[in-house]
Amino acid sequence: MSTFHATVTPPWDERAWRDVARAAWRAGIAPDQLTWDGDGQASLLAGVDVLAQAPVRLAPHVPPDFLALAGSVLCHRDAQRHGLLYRLLWRIASGERALLERETDADVRRAGELAKAVGRDSHKMKAFVRFREVPGERDAFVAWFEPEHFIVDRVAPFFARRFAGMRWAILTPYRSAFWDGSALGFGGGATRGDAPADDAQDALWRTYYANIFNPARLNPRMMTQEMPQKYWKNLPEARLLPTLLAEAGARVQAMADREAEAPRRRIPERVVEPLPRAEGLPALRAAARECRRCELWQPATQTVFGEGPSSARIMIVGEQPGDAEDLSGRPFVGPAGQLFDRALATHGIDRARLYLTNAVKHFRFEQRGKRRLHRNPAVSHMQACRPWLEREIATVKPRIIVCLGATAARAVFGAGFKLMEQRATWMRLDDGTRAFATVHPSWVLRQASGEARDTAYQSFVDDLALLAELADAAQDASS
Amino acid sequence: MQLLDKLAVLADAAKYDASCASSGADRRHSLGTGGIGSTEGMGICHSYTPDGRCVSLLKILLTNFCVFDCVYCVNRVSSNVRRARFTPQEVVTLTLDFYKRNYIEGLFLSSGIIRNGDYTMEQLVEVARSLREDHKFRGYIHLKTIPDASPELLAAAGRYADRLSINVELPTEEGLAALAPEKKLPDIRTAMGELRWRIEENVDARKAEAKTRAKPPRFAPAGQSTQMIVGADGADDRDILRTSTNLYGNYRLRRVYYSAFSPIPDASARLPLQAPPLVREHRLYQADWLLRFYGFDVEEIAPADGAGMLDLDVDPKTAWALRHPERFPVDINRAPREVLLRVPGLGARTVERILGSRRHARLRVADLTTLRVPLRKVLPFVTTLDHHPKRRLDDPARMRAQFAPPPRQESLFG
Repeated sequence: MSTFHATVTPPWDERAWRDVARAAWRAGIAPDQLTWDGDGQASLLAGVDVLAQAPVRLAPHVPPDFLALAGSVLCHRDAQRHGLLYRLLWRIASGERALLERETDADVRRAGELAKAVGRDSHKMKAFVRFREVPGERDAFVAWFEPEHFIVDRVAPFFARRFAGMRWAILTPYRSAFWDGSALGFGGGATRGDAPADDAQDALWRTYYANIFNPARLNPRMMTQEMPQKYWKNLPEARLLPTLLAEAGARVQAMADREAEAPRRRIPERVVEPLPRAEGLPALRAAARECRRCELWQPATQTVFGEGPSSARIMIVGEQPGDAEDLSGRPFVGPAGQLFDRALATHGIDRARLYLTNAVKHFRFEQRGKRRLHRNPAVSHMQACRPWLEREIATVKPRIIVCLGATAARAVFGAGFKLMEQRATWMRLDDGTRAFATVHPSWVLRQASGEARDTAYQSFVDDLALLAELADAAQDASS
Repeated sequence: MQLLDKLAVLADAAKYDASCASSGADRRHSLGTGGIGSTEGMGICHSYTPDGRCVSLLKILLTNFCVFDCVYCVNRVSSNVRRARFTPQEVVTLTLDFYKRNYIEGLFLSSGIIRNGDYTMEQLVEVARSLREDHKFRGYIHLKTIPDASPELLAAAGRYADRLSINVELPTEEGLAALAPEKKLPDIRTAMGELRWRIEENVDARKAEAKTRAKPPRFAPAGQSTQMIVGADGADDRDILRTSTNLYGNYRLRRVYYSAFSPIPDASARLPLQAPPLVREHRLYQADWLLRFYGFDVEEIAPADGAGMLDLDVDPKTAWALRHPERFPVDINRAPREVLLRVPGLGARTVERILGSRRHARLRVADLTTLRVPLRKVLPFVTTLDHHPKRRLDDPARMRAQFAPPPRQESLFG
C-alpha cells in the first residue's frame, strides 16, 4: 500500500533523485510504500511527499558503482526506473552489499538492461549527430537530433570536449544544449525547423559515402543492426541508401563480365639504384640481407650484420642477435650489449673502434604469447651462417678476435672448444690471427643473485683486460 | 579536376583497406586549445555503408598514381583506373570540414607510391603536421607508412599520428613475390621492427621522465597495425594465422586486419577467378580473437594434421571443442576462468558475469538464460546444478551437424 510519493525534477537528474531517495531511506519508507512520479506531475498523486518526512536514521552508504549505474538508468524513458533504483538502494543499504555482482537477480538484470540501452543511445548520439553550419556565421553549427532517452545532459560534455573551438547547439524534441566556446548551457525542446535544413558539405560527404562502399560485399543486415532505421531521417548520407542497395548487384556483375584489359598507359618505372660493388662490407651486408641459408630468417625481422670500421683491428664475435637487435638491425644494442659497453668503458676502450658481429645473424626465439624467448642456435644454424663470418673476417682482417660465449668460440675455434676451461687464454688461428674467448655478457645478466652477478661481471671485465693491454699496443702501433 | 571528382576517385581507391579503427589513442580533448578534436579511447563509428562496414575515419588516398604493380590492387601501375591527386592542403581542409560536422573521428591517409618512398611519405607527413600544428587538430590520425621511407620521416609520422600501419599484404613471401613484385618482405618487417622499437623507446622515455615536465611527445600512441589479403594467393588459413601470431609477437601489433580479396574493376588476368567466401574472412577474425584473448594457440585452432583451412560451417572455438570432446563437459559452477573461456558460446564478458554470479549462488539453466547465454550452443558442453549433457558428447559428428547451417541447394546456374 503506497502512502508516500516522490518527484524527481528533472526526472533524469542523478542529484535530484539522490536527494529524494536519501530522504526516503532516512525516513524509513520501504520501496512498496512509495510511489515515484515518473514524469513530474506530482499534483496528480495521492500520498505524502517524502521530502516532508522527518529522518529517523543516518544516510545510506552505497558503493560508487551503484551511483554510476543509477546515473545512466535515470536517463532511460522507462517510468518505473526511479522505483527500481530505490529498491536496489534499499536492498544494498540493508545489507546486500555485493548485490550488483549478482547478475542473475531480476532487479539487477533490469537495471543493467536500462543502463545498456542508455549507453547505446548515448553512443549513437555521439555518432549520428550531424552539425550544419549556420549560414553567414563563422564556425557556428546547429544539429537536430532525436534521442530515444533523456541523454542530452549526459552526452553534451562530450561534444564540448570535442568541439571546443566552435560554437554549436544540439536541438532535440525535449531539450537543447549550447556551447559558446567556453561554457555549456541547456534549454528547452525545439523542432526540426529550428536547425538549418542542409549544409554545403553534405554533398561532399555523400560522395565519400557512396564511393567508400564496396558493392561486392553487400551486407544490409549488418548495416541496419548498427545503424537502425530510426536514425536515418537525420543522416544526410542515408538518402543514398535505396540507390546504393539497388545498384550493387549490377555493379558487381559488370565487374565480373569485363574482360581483363591490357594497360592503356604506363607510369614510368621506378629508378632502381645500381648495385654496389660485390666486394667490401656494404655489398656483403646487402647480400646477407637476403640470406636464406637456414630457416631462421622466416620468423625473424631481419639479418643483423656486423657493424664497425672495415679497418678495425679488433673483432668481437657474439652469439646471435636478441629481441632488441632483431628490431633495430644493429648488433649489441640490447641489455647484454649495454653491459658489454660498460665493461669496455672500464678499460677505456672505444666501442666505435671495434668491429662487432655475431656467429649467427638471425634471432632464434620461441614465441610465448607476446614475448619472444631467446633460444640457443643449433649447430646447423652456426654452419649455415659460417660463410658470412668468414667473409667478414677476410674483409676486415682483424689482428685480434674476441669470442663472447660458447657459440662464438665454437664458431671460431671449432666444436671441441671448452669455454670455462679455456677462457681468457690467447690462441692463434690458422692464419696467424690472435684470439681468445670469454663469457657472453648475457651469461652475466642471467646470474641469479646480485652477488653472483657482481662476481660474474668482475670476471668478465678481468678477461677483457687482455684486450686492454693489446688495444693500447695496437693503438701505439698505429699511431 | 573538381574536388568532388577527386574525392570520388580517391575514396573509391581506398576502400579495399579494411582498417577503420579509431580506438587506442590516448585521452585528449580540445578544451582551452582553440582547436577542435578529441579521442577518448573508444572509437566511434559515424555511419555504416550497405556492406555493413563502419565509417569512422575519412579514409582516402593522397593519390592513386602508383609506380608499383601489385596484381591484386586496383591502383597498380598497369590498371586503367581513373587517377587523381589531392594536394596536402585539400586533404587538411576536407578533414576539418568533415570533422566539424561530426561525420568522422579523424583521418586515415594512405597513398600510392609516387616518385619514391621518401617523397610520398613526406607528403603524408605534411598533411598530419599541418592538421596538428597549423590547425590544432586533436582528432584521430592514422597514416599508412611506406616501408622504405627514411627513419626521420618515420619519426615525424609517429609524432603526429595516433596509429601507423604497414601492410604485409600477403602471408607468405612466395605470395608477395608472385603478386607484388616490388614489395619485399624484409623491408616490411624491418620497418615494423623499427616502429616497435620507436614506440617502446618512447614509452620508456616517457616513464623515465614521468616526474619531470620534460616528457617527450607521444609516438604513435595507438600503436601499429597491418592488413593481409585473404584468398588472392595459395596461402591457407594455417599459414595466415601463423604469420599473424608471428607479427603480434614480433612487433606488438594492435591489430592484424584480414581482407577477403575482393573483385576489383579492371582486374588482372593473373588473379583467381573466384573471390573467397566472406565467411572465410569472418572465421579468421574469430580465430584471431581466440589467439589474442582466449588463450588458444595456432596448433589448436588449425592443427598441422588438419587441412590447413578453418571450418566454414562452424566457428573455430566450436570446431576445437568438437575435436576435443574429452575436455567437456565443463562445470559452470566450478571451472576456472581459462576453462570457461574455452566453452563454445561463452564470450569474455559472459564469463565474467558467470564468475560474479556464482559467488552468490550455484547456477542453474534458468540463471544462464538470465545472463543471456546462448543455450543451444552452450548446453551440450556444460553442466549446471540441474543439467548434464549426458552422452551427447560421444557423437561429435552429430553435434557438428546440429551446429552447421543447413546445406543450401546448389545454385542452378553456379
